[in-house]
Amino acid sequence: MRNINNIISRCEELAFDLDFTRAKEWKNEDKSRVIVGYMPIYFPREIIHAAGGLPVAIFGGGDRKQIIKGDAYYQSYICHIPRSIIDMALDKHFDNFDGFIFPSICDVLRNLSGIFRTKGFGKFVKYMDFPQNFLPEVGGVFYQDEMRHVLHYIKEINGIKVTPERLNHSIGLYNKNRRLIEFIYDIREKYPWRLSMKDWYHILRAGTVIPVEEHNEILEEVAEYVKGDVGQRQDKVKVVLSGAFCEQPSVGLIRSVEDAGCYIVDDDLQLGSRMVIGDIDATSEEPLAAIAHAYIFQSRYSSSIYDVDNPKEYRLAKIVEERNADGVIFASASFCDPSLLDAPIFQNAFDRMGIRYIAFQFSENINQFKVIKEQVGAFSDSIKLWEDEPSSIPVAE
Amino acid sequence: MATIEVIKERSMILQKEMIEGLFNDLEKAHETGKKVCYTFVPGNLSELIRCFDMLPVYPEINALQSAMRKKSAAYIKEAERHAHSEDVCTYVKCDVGMLMKGNIGPTGQKLPPPDILLLSYTGCFTFMKWFETLKREYPNAKVVMIHTPYQEGGKMTPEMVNYMVKQMHEEVIPKMEEVSGIKYDENKLKKILQYSKEAEDWITKIFETPKHRPSPIDAYFAGVYYIGPINIGFRGTPEAVEYYKELYNEIQERIRLGLGPVTPEGEMKEEKFRLVVEGPPNWTSFREFWKIFYDMGAVIVASSYTKVGGVYDLGWRHDPEKPLQSLAEYCMNCYTNLNIPQRIDLLTKCIKEYGADGYVTNSIKSCNSFSAGQLAMMREIEDKLEIPVGFIESDLVDPRYFSYSNIKNRLESYFQMLSQRKMMEAEETH
Repeated sequence: MRNINNIISRCEELAFDLDFTRAKEWKNEDKSRVIVGYMPIYFPREIIHAAGGLPVAIFGGGDRKQIIKGDAYYQSYICHIPRSIIDMALDKHFDNFDGFIFPSICDVLRNLSGIFRTKGFGKFVKYMDFPQNFLPEVGGVFYQDEMRHVLHYIKEINGIKVTPERLNHSIGLYNKNRRLIEFIYDIREKYPWRLSMKDWYHILRAGTVIPVEEHNEILEEVAEYVKGDVGQRQDKVKVVLSGAFCEQPSVGLIRSVEDAGCYIVDDDLQLGSRMVIGDIDATSEEPLAAIAHAYIFQSRYSSSIYDVDNPKEYRLAKIVEERNADGVIFASASFCDPSLLDAPIFQNAFDRMGIRYIAFQFSENINQFKVIKEQVGAFSDSIKLWEDEPSSIPVAE
Repeated sequence: MATIEVIKERSMILQKEMIEGLFNDLEKAHETGKKVCYTFVPGNLSELIRCFDMLPVYPEINALQSAMRKKSAAYIKEAERHAHSEDVCTYVKCDVGMLMKGNIGPTGQKLPPPDILLLSYTGCFTFMKWFETLKREYPNAKVVMIHTPYQEGGKMTPEMVNYMVKQMHEEVIPKMEEVSGIKYDENKLKKILQYSKEAEDWITKIFETPKHRPSPIDAYFAGVYYIGPINIGFRGTPEAVEYYKELYNEIQERIRLGLGPVTPEGEMKEEKFRLVVEGPPNWTSFREFWKIFYDMGAVIVASSYTKVGGVYDLGWRHDPEKPLQSLAEYCMNCYTNLNIPQRIDLLTKCIKEYGADGYVTNSIKSCNSFSAGQLAMMREIEDKLEIPVGFIESDLVDPRYFSYSNIKNRLESYFQMLSQRKMMEAEETH
């Protein structure tokens, strides 16, 4: 087993390599390989893998790219991520990418797909309309059609015909990926001091820009590491971080939350990698139907999925309960419609349910966290000092 | 400040009467037993609502009317007191605030709660979130969502149409039958759709009249009144057909007399600039906003906003022979459901065919469906047509984001640029 510090350090490099060096190296190893960039939140990466491609997540430039050209494309009252993505595209960070997928999450990223089309970036641009109808014979069929379009685009480039066997193999690899991720989340719930959220974030995010086989190896090593009695427990409360599923906060902000007295035991930062709960059937003769079925029946709640029959406030409350969390931190990107429009729904419900929370907004490129740190610190202190119930964190076994 | 006497054409009065009639019916819905359906303008299934004898309520129309009556600021503040962010759609906040303050509609009459929330999720992501919010406010209402696929590839595919028709068969129609107690009658729907088609023919002719010089109408500021009946539940009625015929005849008379558009202060005397405008108007200061334009002799000959409830100028019409397919195509064909290249093409066509001198974007702070991408669109249009472009910012119904001086300064500079360009072009011609 490699040294954990080396693994984390390598993951940090990968996660924030805005030139996507590893992905491009991978592509250069075989002429039939393609790179397909996808925007947040979720995309069924299995199908790209099965088509001989590497799905690469595009989360914008964060606090590591100065935006110059992108600001000319977006008004001040639009969130930051589209301007940093367009800036990266114009600065040729996505050279060698064959296609771009824009999952249906909000109007801003939807319209960004049109700008990519207009600019002629990539060999294909696909706005992926995820069904908001959850009947398998209606929304499920439509979703399969959407996936077939993507496969068609890739086949036009590399000629690879995707068979059920190839798809099932890919589904199996991503099932393993999801299982390992959840295993580590489960360990972190009980022993969050064994792996900081900052490090875990780097490890998770690295998995979105490298082949799944490589990420699975990393996760296996990390899983072994967190099984051990490592790290030292600190006097912190446990929180769930919610609302930052698209534009990502800088790592400094994540660290500030931890430093201010919170263990983040669940979050939606890399929601796409965890969207499907449990395995997708990897033995089906109709694997696309299996993926659609999993999306309809096994998805996590998301601010971009219509929730009327399955209210999200109860689903988040359940996560809080299952993770034994003391409260929720709502972190929304400024001007993020999905997250901010959900805020009153969550907050009004949590007021009724007695779930403690705080809320703040961020932008991917801010790195001044004094105010947020004070707010989180006060939240953590209020729980630790004035609550009747003791902190629910168990003593290390 | 002196009071301005507002001059109204007969068609505007007719339209006002239609809307007042609807609000009166809504007020009496409980007594008459009519079921109430809350829905949205883009992708509205007015014909289906009418087929089940329901009364429509359009939350965004309430919001804009509240703004025009200077009530929106208080509603928005009320919503913000309940955790609604400053940074999201002000239509939503105005509607939620109005609900919290007793759901008194813009006409001063109390609006009935919905029996059904019909979400035709077309072209605007916020609609979905809005209905998630309303569902929690009206737990007894039946909710039905019809997901309208986006024209991402610049066309409506058979898969997209099938998906929508299946949703109508499996979800929309059964729930509407359940709520209304009325069985779906396709023949009735076909008859309604015939009126829709006729109204669409007439409104298309009306919005083609600005091709004349001078333009007999303002296709943006007056246009928002013209689209009222077709967008808020009267499409599919003989009344709407009659209204649009009347309006068309009035406009023809103006053309015959060589008259320009009617403004709140009378006829516009001299048409100096012909513009195409992208984006919704500001509603809180609608008159002041319009006045900046007509004071400078600027007339809007075409606008994207008047296509928000349906794009008819490319030839598409409801087809009574394909009722459900036709409703599906209608939803997918609303302006904000078009992709960015389609929007650019449509606006380019307008600029060329209507002989526009300039292209102005009114970028709305809280409407990402329109606003995200407008700068890129503007750049493309400027490069393609070498036409002067202008850019202003305001909001739909939040008065805090309408800065009269800033907008006026920007527009005055823009009009000066247009004047200079016209002079230079005239010199080159001579």
